[in-house]
Amino acid sequence: MFDTLTERLSGTLRGLRGRGRMRPADVEEALAEIRLALLEADVNVAVVRRFVERVRERSVGGEVTASLTPGQQVTKIVNDELIDILGTSPLNVQFASKPPTVVLLAGLQGSGKTTAAAKLAQWCKSQGRNPLLVGADLQRPAAVEQLRTLARSIDVEVWSEPGDPVACAAGGLARARHAGRDVLIVDTAGRLAVDAELMTEVARISDVVEPHYTFLVVDSMVGQDAVATAEAFHATLEVDGIILTKLDGDARGGAALSVAEVVGRPVAFASVGEKIDDFEQFHPDRMASRILGMGDVMTLIEKAERVYEQEEAEAAAQRLVEGTFTLDDFVDQLRQLRKMGNLQSIVSMMPGVSDQVRNAEIDDDRITTAEAIVLSMTPAERVSPEIIDASRRARIAAGSGTSSAQVSNLLKQFTQMRKMMGGMMGLGSKRRPASRKAARKRPKGAGRAAGGSRTGGGGRATPKGTSRTGKPAGKPSVADIDWDALDLKLPGR
Amino acid sequence: MRVPTPATFSSGLASSRRTLRERLASINRRRPDETAWETLEEALLGADVGVETTMATLERLRSTAADQDIVDADELVQALADQMRAALDADRTLHATAPDREGATPVWLFVGVNGVGKTTTIGKVGARLSADGQLVVMAAADTFRAAAASQLQTWADRCGAALISGSSGADPSSVVHDAVSAAAARGADVVLADTAGRLQNRKNLMDELAKVRRVADREPGAVAETLLVIDATTGQNGLSQARAFAEATDVTGVVLTKLDGSAKGGIVFAIEAELGLPVKLVGLGEGPDDLVDFDAESYVNALLGVDADEQG
Repeated sequence: MFDTLTERLSGTLRGLRGRGRMRPADVEEALAEIRLALLEADVNVAVVRRFVERVRERSVGGEVTASLTPGQQVTKIVNDELIDILGTSPLNVQFASKPPTVVLLAGLQGSGKTTAAAKLAQWCKSQGRNPLLVGADLQRPAAVEQLRTLARSIDVEVWSEPGDPVACAAGGLARARHAGRDVLIVDTAGRLAVDAELMTEVARISDVVEPHYTFLVVDSMVGQDAVATAEAFHATLEVDGIILTKLDGDARGGAALSVAEVVGRPVAFASVGEKIDDFEQFHPDRMASRILGMGDVMTLIEKAERVYEQEEAEAAAQRLVEGTFTLDDFVDQLRQLRKMGNLQSIVSMMPGVSDQVRNAEIDDDRITTAEAIVLSMTPAERVSPEIIDASRRARIAAGSGTSSAQVSNLLKQFTQMRKMMGGMMGLGSKRRPASRKAARKRPKGAGRAAGGSRTGGGGRATPKGTSRTGKPAGKPSVADIDWDALDLKLPGR
Repeated sequence: MRVPTPATFSSGLASSRRTLRERLASINRRRPDETAWETLEEALLGADVGVETTMATLERLRSTAADQDIVDADELVQALADQMRAALDADRTLHATAPDREGATPVWLFVGVNGVGKTTTIGKVGARLSADGQLVVMAAADTFRAAAASQLQTWADRCGAALISGSSGADPSSVVHDAVSAAAARGADVVLADTAGRLQNRKNLMDELAKVRRVADREPGAVAETLLVIDATTGQNGLSQARAFAEATDVTGVVLTKLDGSAKGGIVFAIEAELGLPVKLVGLGEGPDDLVDFDAESYVNALLGVDADEQG
């Protein structure tokens, strides 16, 4: 089994390099992999079918560019589609001008409604609101007591009365108005979508409190049935958004996609831990990456795509092949790297990077230093660094405000880099054998959505080890070079 | 409180659905083509059987179909049902006492992730054993979730079981120890121990659970069953749950809950077929009687949407 979609696709699409355009047959193979990845992530079969169809439409005939490999490109299309469904931006709760803002929570048994209700109340408090919780789950033994205990810990009042849940909810609304609470959160009993009687009851609760927001609470571990459940609740209640719970587990959470696709409403909040504060507004992009098992690779790909000036890069690659890669090219690469943004954040987005590199201190200052050193060299020195002797080194150090040792260090690394790249361009496939293992290994605490950027289940920004195989002819492109890995080793270290 | 209607395995599963046969009916029945295979594949995937298990199952079916020259869609479904039933062949005996530990107070430990229905299951198991005339003691070792002990107390009251609980946040192992000691002193027949739901990737919580099991297995108690409770709506994560809980607590069986909804609980097929953990009980509702023994034939028929009457 492949760990990530990126790996799957890099295998499938390696043949596409240098062809210019993706052909339907190539795309089909990739789509089969995408289908499996989504199914493994628990996305509903029917949703997967529609999804794959849309990706097919967007992929066929798409141009293969130099900055992205075909695998990355298809992955990007997949990611864009995922984000489209999950919601392009977080749902921002608008508090009603005439309080209280009423929020109704509904869902299956055990999805986590009661806990979510208390967490949502805490979140409202953090927004400067004054919520009232209504315990209208009169079905499950001690559910109201559970809500009261949680509410006590965050100092929020709970309203509940035994008997009829509809009357209880109505009483809660009256209480909120009387006590001047500006948010009313109604916890309801868990119910199965096939239970007509209980579905009617929750509809009546909704009629009585007239919620501004109805949230469907969905367990992130739910599988195929998410669609049936969401359809039934949406038909009964008109769901405004989804609260995804237990996202601190290691489930891929494809249910989020199924549900969002079916109800056409975004995931609003995610519950990411057992503590009452472990509750946050939902980030569609992070979830997309999680479903595909990619870390925040997409963000990285997008950054690279945005800043990489293709022609420059191709020219540099060409010089590299010819063995004429100079210090000027080197500085260009560093500048490109800097344009991509804060280095630390880039490194943290790369799932294939070892913890050692991830935690290493990499800052933009080092690039500035390296740049200063190269700029203090004469054009001749930049083309042929071999001519730099002790006296030239001293001059360069003085000119760049660095020490001779730093200059030597940079030159040494440049030479190594050039040698390494030359070797790579010649030999192709043997690169960073350890990185695969690093990609697999999940750091401690992996799987938390909040930390998704650091803990995606593996994958890497560029499909290494595949660049030359299956490509007997064709120009080497910058995408063949693992710039990320190489450049990171450079600045001043 | 609604009055629960006593459920049977089939009635609980009788939610409306198109049967697989109906779906295949639109396809040429004389010669199962790729569309027929895709329909079978979607049926298994759609029931949460999972990608790997589905592929492996259908691969075997293909070779069976080739060997036996099956060309009829009905026969194909039948062969699939037979094959899946045959894969569910683990021993489902519920052990009243721990093997080789006669005389010790048997403990049934219930484990699982949050919200799968552990407490409700214990209530129903307690009702069932009490109805059989057994003296039941319940241990409220979920000391984490607010009001979990109160929830269990309600169930204990319903079936006349004794409940031993600790304070909120107490060490769950000590609650289990107290319950076992109390049960032994009273000559109870069984201790049903509830535990807090925990996600299987929380190492410290899994360690805590392993300790609860060790303590429960100490004199005067002996663990007779460690039942992993799995929610029928669970997707592929169920396999990961089964692996992790089996490793931490030596799981002896699975309880599949909430099968009265629209979910088919296909993940337990993967769990039993791949990990060898037998499914022992099935939960079909919130009433005390809504717990039945697992029956492989009904389960497979329901999962595939094969009407039992159609079978010869």
